[in-house]
Amino acid sequence: MSDALIFEIAAIVILLAVFLVLYRTIVGPRLYDRALGANVMGTKTVVLLALIGFIYARPDFLDIALVYALINFIATLAILKYRETWGLD
Amino acid sequence: MEIKTIITAILLAVGCFFMVVAAIGVVRFPDFFARLHPCGKGDTLGQALVILGLMVYEGFTLVSVKLLIIMLFIFLANPTSAHFIAKAGYVAGVKSVDEELEEECAHASSLACGSSTDKKVSGVDSAS
Amino acid sequence: MSFILTFLLMFAFWMLLSGHFDFILVTLGVISSLLVAYWSHDLIFGKVNFGQGLMRILRLIRYLPWLLWQIVLANFHLVYLTLHPKMPIEPAFLTIKTDFKTDMGVAIFANSITLTPGTVTLEAGRKQFVVHAISKYTAEGLLSGDMEARVKEIEGQ
Repeated sequence: MSDALIFEIAAIVILLAVFLVLYRTIVGPRLYDRALGANVMGTKTVVLLALIGFIYARPDFLDIALVYALINFIATLAILKYRETWGLD
Repeated sequence: MEIKTIITAILLAVGCFFMVVAAIGVVRFPDFFARLHPCGKGDTLGQALVILGLMVYEGFTLVSVKLLIIMLFIFLANPTSAHFIAKAGYVAGVKSVDEELEEECAHASSLACGSSTDKKVSGVDSAS
Repeated sequence: MSFILTFLLMFAFWMLLSGHFDFILVTLGVISSLLVAYWSHDLIFGKVNFGQGLMRILRLIRYLPWLLWQIVLANFHLVYLTLHPKMPIEPAFLTIKTDFKTDMGVAIFANSITLTPGTVTLEAGRKQFVVHAISKYTAEGLLSGDMEARVKEIEGQ
């Protein structure tokens, strides 16, 4: 089917972008660069999950994408807050 | 090919382009604060366009409303988390890359330091 | 009042996400919405003032098209900077004096700065903002105070 092919190409392109950002997450000289890379990777992963849901025609993946978006936001805040105060209070 | 599929393909292509450019920007910019710009802007518009394309493909259903909720949430959350990373780095006193290299050179005499000074000298030579 | 509004919002959100109308699922939704509304009814609707809130939402909707256009411009500027071989950036830190009356104005202004071309918010407050600009040309657009006037128009009074 040509329709699923569009989504597959888009998913592969976004996966390549995630690998590009992985370089910054591994190499990044400071913790803040790594947190930035992890945040960008998380945003791309949400889009990737939505695309996977469309490739396999299973809308359940959208729930996972929504929860992943929430967790990604909270995780970035938690990492930086822990770094700043060495505690999560 | 329906007209709906063509619109979806165009939106997905443009959105993927912006997301790849954001990834290249995060890797390529030399400075921590400059890297925040692709994180806050490129990803926001890229994901909005890709999810808009999926919404056009799906039509007006419950799935479409879920996609809209995801898009609006990332639209609000992405600039906020970029601002949070920026503030954490700014408060912790992150400097630009050049200043940091100079400080390291003043303190230690490592191999990396020598190569960076070599680069600077060669840069001056080529300029003159 | 805020309790009922929060409950209705949470229940509508539950129904949107589940999409089923079984007895057991609707009952679970009512129970969890009641619990959320009981614990955190003062978070979303603090002190409800209907007329003012509605006017602000309407003015926010009128502000959105301009913001979307700015986001598109920002992305093309970013593409130019990223794909340019020499990467013509000259970073600068700016301090902007403002006087916002509401936290909502501060939040909208901070997110708008991050989304418009070439600037990222570093510190936000009612009195002053610290902004990182990626080139001098984009910094001038922010210092002219056009966006601040628009956000103050949303705040009203």
